[in-house]
Amino acid sequence: MHDKTLTELKAGLHAGDFSSRELTEHFLDRIKRHDGELNSFITVTEAQALQQADAADQAIAAGDHRLLTGLPIAHKDIFCTEGVRTSCGSRMLDNFVAPYTATTVEKMAREGAVMLGKTNMDEFAMGSSNETSFYGPVKNPWDTERVPGGSSGGAAASLAARLTPGATGTDTGGSIRQPAALNSVTGLKPTYGRVSRWGMIAFASSLDQAGPLGLSAADCALMLQAMAGHDEKDSTCLNEPVDDYLGALDHSVDGLKIGVPEEFFPDNLDGAIADNAREAMRELEKQGAKLVKLSLPSIKLSVPAYYVIAPAEASSNLSRFDGVRFGYRCEDPKDLEDLYKRSRSEGFGAEVKRRILVGTYALSAGYYDAYYKRAQKVRRLIRDDFSRAFKDVDVIMGPTSPETAFKLGAKADDPVNMYMADVFTIAVNLAGLPALSMPSGFINGLPAGTQVIGNYFQEGRILNVAHRYQMATDWHQQAPGGFA
Amino acid sequence: MAIDSKVVARAAHLARLRVDDSETAELSARLNDILGMVDQLQQANVDQVEPLAHPLEVSQPLRDDRVTEPDVRDKVLPLAPASEDGCFLVPRVIE
Repeated sequence: MHDKTLTELKAGLHAGDFSSRELTEHFLDRIKRHDGELNSFITVTEAQALQQADAADQAIAAGDHRLLTGLPIAHKDIFCTEGVRTSCGSRMLDNFVAPYTATTVEKMAREGAVMLGKTNMDEFAMGSSNETSFYGPVKNPWDTERVPGGSSGGAAASLAARLTPGATGTDTGGSIRQPAALNSVTGLKPTYGRVSRWGMIAFASSLDQAGPLGLSAADCALMLQAMAGHDEKDSTCLNEPVDDYLGALDHSVDGLKIGVPEEFFPDNLDGAIADNAREAMRELEKQGAKLVKLSLPSIKLSVPAYYVIAPAEASSNLSRFDGVRFGYRCEDPKDLEDLYKRSRSEGFGAEVKRRILVGTYALSAGYYDAYYKRAQKVRRLIRDDFSRAFKDVDVIMGPTSPETAFKLGAKADDPVNMYMADVFTIAVNLAGLPALSMPSGFINGLPAGTQVIGNYFQEGRILNVAHRYQMATDWHQQAPGGFA
Repeated sequence: MAIDSKVVARAAHLARLRVDDSETAELSARLNDILGMVDQLQQANVDQVEPLAHPLEVSQPLRDDRVTEPDVRDKVLPLAPASEDGCFLVPRVIE
């Protein structure tokens, strides 16, 4: 049952081949047997899952089939879930039981989804390896000595090992796409504002966006159909009609114009990674797509611009953790300032503190123009590069990650080296565009992913491109050994 | 500019983070690495370029000025590390 996609499981539930309870018990059992090795879940919500599964079975019996009725989903532990610990991978929120539920989780529950639990992640989504989690690193199921990527590493690893058939994640600089690539699953970051951020713990508010991770583009389309849409509780969530993503999957790619930016294939890129992405594009060429060379000159400044803007926004967002209203408080504070400082220093891990300090410095008097304002100007140049490119092409493609999964600990003491893991994904967040990563093969036994970037609100188009690719290839159907 | 222990101490105070003397050297080194990378921004020609805050440049929508938040005190106060009589408790501020 666990090798089936959500789309197949949905058909099975519909046909009465198995019940949602059987399906849910099957995945809960797999989590029990295999997650000791992977550490992909922070919290498993067995009792609630079974309750939701029984309700789904009743709905199905009554003929009430919604988008996700009876399908198990794992939520990243960044989404608030009422009555369930919502830790964001941090000691700061280890004791935090959310008093309300995030819109995304709510919308999926309304469509009948069953929540299996909350997946592990880099602390406050700050990381590209899942090693900054207070709950310990997640292991990559393709090689448990390697990282799963991050920050949605638990989501991607649990999917790859078939401990859940669907997952949510969030992507501020690549946190859905990079782990999707490193685990051979499909992950989509929608247009900024396509999915509500309400109840999603904020990291960098002008970049954060929730999206689905699945075993196929079709599964991502199914989940996104439930997740997307206006939410008046999030003033940045756009009031635009939601397209029929499922209906667009089968469209032809004959005549599709694929932009290939030279900046995604720099001279120092690992040749095997470059070849892998080129091979994926060749597959689409066979189906009638045309490759168009182009240049996005400003995206070489994406990583520096991001590492001003994201930490600046984070330093502001994370100022709410004060040891007073919720979350961690230090022992025996001697006065209020000691309470603030020690609660925050003990509650946050090293990478979070580094980013708060960078952001605070960049926003402090005398440095604002040189850092934050300049980064926002560069952000416009990057956005304009993409806008120009999308006048001539339908999608833009390249490798998702400059490397396959690296060894645990390999970059732990070298933040700048770690930041480069997102060199191909970050520009998309700065521009607010939708993009996905799809499995495109293996290099020395480790998964590689190819990124497909679309113009604003073109989620349907990029899912369609990935679906057509997956109709012709079977990379996305391959599962790691050892999790039978 | 190079980050030294004084700059780290100032940023840490502004961010209400405690940084022990034993951590300062390592932290300054890492922050210098990060800001060194970030300094590539100085190469960009951004004359006549306006800052971009929202990728789609939409403005914040207005909503009717009416009460939407229910009274959630009894729901959120138990989350506080310390509370009493419906208030958050903190160490004495006025001696």
